[in-house]
Amino acid sequence: MNLQRLRALIHKEFLQILRDPSAIAIAFLMPMFLLFLIGYGVSLDARHVPVAVVVDHPTPQTSAFVGGLQESPYFHPQLYDSIQRAQHALLDRQVSAILWLRGDFSREVLQGETANIGVLVNGVDANDARIVEGYLQGVWQNWLQQTAVDAGKPLLVPVRVESRIWFNPALRSRDYLVPGLIAVIMTLTGALLTALVVAREWERGSMEALMASPVTMAEILLGKLIPYFLIGMGGMLLSVALAVWLFAVPLVGSFWVLLVCSSLFLLAALGMGLLISSVARNQFVAGQIAIIVTFLPAFILSGFIFDIQSMPTPIQFITHIVAARYFVSILQTVFLAGDVWPIILWNSLALLLMAIFFLGITLLRSRKRLD
Amino acid sequence: MLARIWALVIKEFLAILRDKKSRLVLIGPPLIQLLVFGYAATFDLNHIPYAVYNQDAGFASRELLGDFQGSRAFRQVAVLHSAGQIAPLIEQGKALLVLQIGPNFTADLLRHQQAPLQVIIDGRNSNTATLALNYVNSVLLSFDNRWAATQQWGRSPAQLVVRAWFNPNLLSRWFIVPGIVALLTLVVTLLVAGLSVAREREQGTFDQLLVTPLTPGEILLGKALPGIIIGALEAVFISLAVVFWFHVPLLGSIPALALGLLLFLLAAVGIGLMISSLSLTQQQGLLGVFLFLVPAVILSGFATPIANMPALVQDLTYLNPMRYFLVIVRGVFLQGDNISLLWNQYWPLALIALASMTAASWLFRHRMH
Repeated sequence: MNLQRLRALIHKEFLQILRDPSAIAIAFLMPMFLLFLIGYGVSLDARHVPVAVVVDHPTPQTSAFVGGLQESPYFHPQLYDSIQRAQHALLDRQVSAILWLRGDFSREVLQGETANIGVLVNGVDANDARIVEGYLQGVWQNWLQQTAVDAGKPLLVPVRVESRIWFNPALRSRDYLVPGLIAVIMTLTGALLTALVVAREWERGSMEALMASPVTMAEILLGKLIPYFLIGMGGMLLSVALAVWLFAVPLVGSFWVLLVCSSLFLLAALGMGLLISSVARNQFVAGQIAIIVTFLPAFILSGFIFDIQSMPTPIQFITHIVAARYFVSILQTVFLAGDVWPIILWNSLALLLMAIFFLGITLLRSRKRLD
Repeated sequence: MLARIWALVIKEFLAILRDKKSRLVLIGPPLIQLLVFGYAATFDLNHIPYAVYNQDAGFASRELLGDFQGSRAFRQVAVLHSAGQIAPLIEQGKALLVLQIGPNFTADLLRHQQAPLQVIIDGRNSNTATLALNYVNSVLLSFDNRWAATQQWGRSPAQLVVRAWFNPNLLSRWFIVPGIVALLTLVVTLLVAGLSVAREREQGTFDQLLVTPLTPGEILLGKALPGIIIGALEAVFISLAVVFWFHVPLLGSIPALALGLLLFLLAAVGIGLMISSLSLTQQQGLLGVFLFLVPAVILSGFATPIANMPALVQDLTYLNPMRYFLVIVRGVFLQGDNISLLWNQYWPLALIALASMTAASWLFRHRMH
């Protein structure tokens, strides 16, 4: 290892970055663009869900129920005069659910029988349908409570749930999505920054020129790694700043823990990019592989949006080879729950092993040899 | 003219398929991803890990906890003996929720007094927490109904009877897996189209192409066809897998799906070629594909509903071809839609295809370095 040669290589890499600004765009513009768009765009909190309300026979009892629906921030009720027209609206995707109070609703309520409230949801988006169903249950329970109070009787529900939600009491989905999003974005930047650079040198033939010089393979790789690491960390800091100041996600844990874990993750992501690049030696293939092994797994298999514990066991096993999985777990914990050491240490260890693995394999594979 | 286009198409296929690795990345990964994502991308909760802190010795709490143990949605991971054990368990994610039952639970219930079931839940993943609370509520609801009936609590004045259309068991897999058809088709098509012109520009052969007798329209067709053919093959294959491997019902008309696919492919290829002709190097082309692909996937309604997005972002999604194709795919698969029900999705796709193709062919000529 010769420091002077390494410095020259790093200098060369920086010059190249400055000349083709796409690396700067990848590291700074892309995270900003994605955070803005996705941070504002992605939400699982249903608000103002359009619901068709059909009341066959309006009475004080039915208007009390519909009033509860109108007051709820979750619903935007629209009155339909027949169930057929409401069903047509459901088919047409104009409403997400139908609430049907049949003609005998009030009579049954007043006579002490149990009236059926018909709810029809569009099940195509099953997750949304479940959430809407949960909100409707809330409206129904409020109505039961109110009816009991009005009648001067105690509520007829034996056991009631008292829930305490830790770490995210308002259940804002943005607070859990934005930290995970940082991991998705960092996976992209890390792999994209390096995936193409070595492949480009092979494709353009400049790798042969480098090999003819006295630099060692380790120096070449370090000369690639260090500049992109610095740029990548810059992008990371920018993302954290946006998360905290723009999206108002609380950062409960310590910033330094976040910084150390991020650099471990970035090393793993860059290592993966370098490995792709040295395997592919061709920008088209390197690009294909980079998209396939980074963005989609980081999006779907990391726990960013789909809960890993709900996946079938073999798939859960596969998620262990996705570096973003460990980083998402660290980010969600450090942002929302604080420095929970068992989680931070185990996941950091996994990231460290992955970084060593990817960088080590790349070094082993990269010989000064022309095939 | 046809012969010239045909020659260009063959040349394009050779450029993509000549390399063994490049052949592999077009065929292998989409298949693996379909299988992995088809199983992984689910919002349904199975085996929610929970712990129990029961201070009550009576039979009511035992009965209630028995309901949780009997439910497939829940998996008991620990029994706690002090309140201090709750925090570490939740913090470290070993249990998603803790059910806490106070000492007077059975006694209160037997005196016809309402008793609370305390649920402490990890809110880090807010969607999981919301759904898990819904599951707890539904277990509790059936317990309450049973208890009210057997212990003479009187009848509830009304109950909700929920039915779901198109997906009676509310399996989120039925929602996500048809979406994967759109997702993987978009990825493959964009990559093939997005790098095709950029590769020639980087190697300097695009200028040669421009001075041949080929007209810009012919170049456009020659560059577009490989992406469309590869994308169509992948989409057909994935759709077959969705029906025969994942057993998602295909209720609607196949021509409606085919027409949607064709328009979607045209739009995707058009955007890919537009990106490609704007870039001078493959790196720029790839970056452009990414910058389009990532927001296009995330803001398409693939995983999170468009209706939950802010108004401004919702307006932006009208430019996203995947948005329309997802409605088509899900409509045809689950709702049994036919062509006449989907016009509102077809014409924006056609418009996007037309605009992007026109822009791409203009850029062929006018962006020279």
